[in-house]
Amino acid sequence: MATMTKADIVEQVYDNLDGFSKKESADIVEMVFESIKETLETGEKIKISGFGNFVVRQKKERTGRNPQTGEEIRIAPRKVLTFKPSQVLKNAINT
Amino acid sequence: MTKSDLIEAVAANMPEHWTKKDVESAVNTIFGAMKHALVSGDRIEIRGLGSFRVKERRPRIGRNPKTGARVDIPARKVPHFTVGKHLKARVEAT
Repeated sequence: MATMTKADIVEQVYDNLDGFSKKESADIVEMVFESIKETLETGEKIKISGFGNFVVRQKKERTGRNPQTGEEIRIAPRKVLTFKPSQVLKNAINT
Repeated sequence: MTKSDLIEAVAANMPEHWTKKDVESAVNTIFGAMKHALVSGDRIEIRGLGSFRVKERRPRIGRNPKTGARVDIPARKVPHFTVGKHLKARVEAT
């Protein structure tokens, strides 16, 4: 199983764009992911049609337990990032 | 933020010779490439964001909650995202 990295994505962007250097292709890939991260950090979700949604969810405070010692611990309220794949992506993966 | 908002935001931050069309083409290429990788069963690792992989779900027997009828749910694959450590911490703190 191969792993795709940012470098592979830059390569494809470079091949698909006309008149931009490899460096410029890397710049735009960086800028796209940077914009996504900055938006998510403010708690706003990102919706990419055909791919999926990145959603920041608020988790309530709850009491957890250390499974090794049985000791109760308070898990503070926090925000978590989840990815909800689009139906299009889910279908494409299963065909 | 939708894909077109993302295109606007990125275009505003790129040098002037980048038209919105160029940015749109780049954004579509990025997500197209990622989709293609997952469809091929490959993992994706984006430093600073997280990683994507395809998980296998075993077949199971489900139930229609309304009627109680058994429903065969076949084995299937689902895309899964794991948020990177750094971004996870940043989101948690907001």
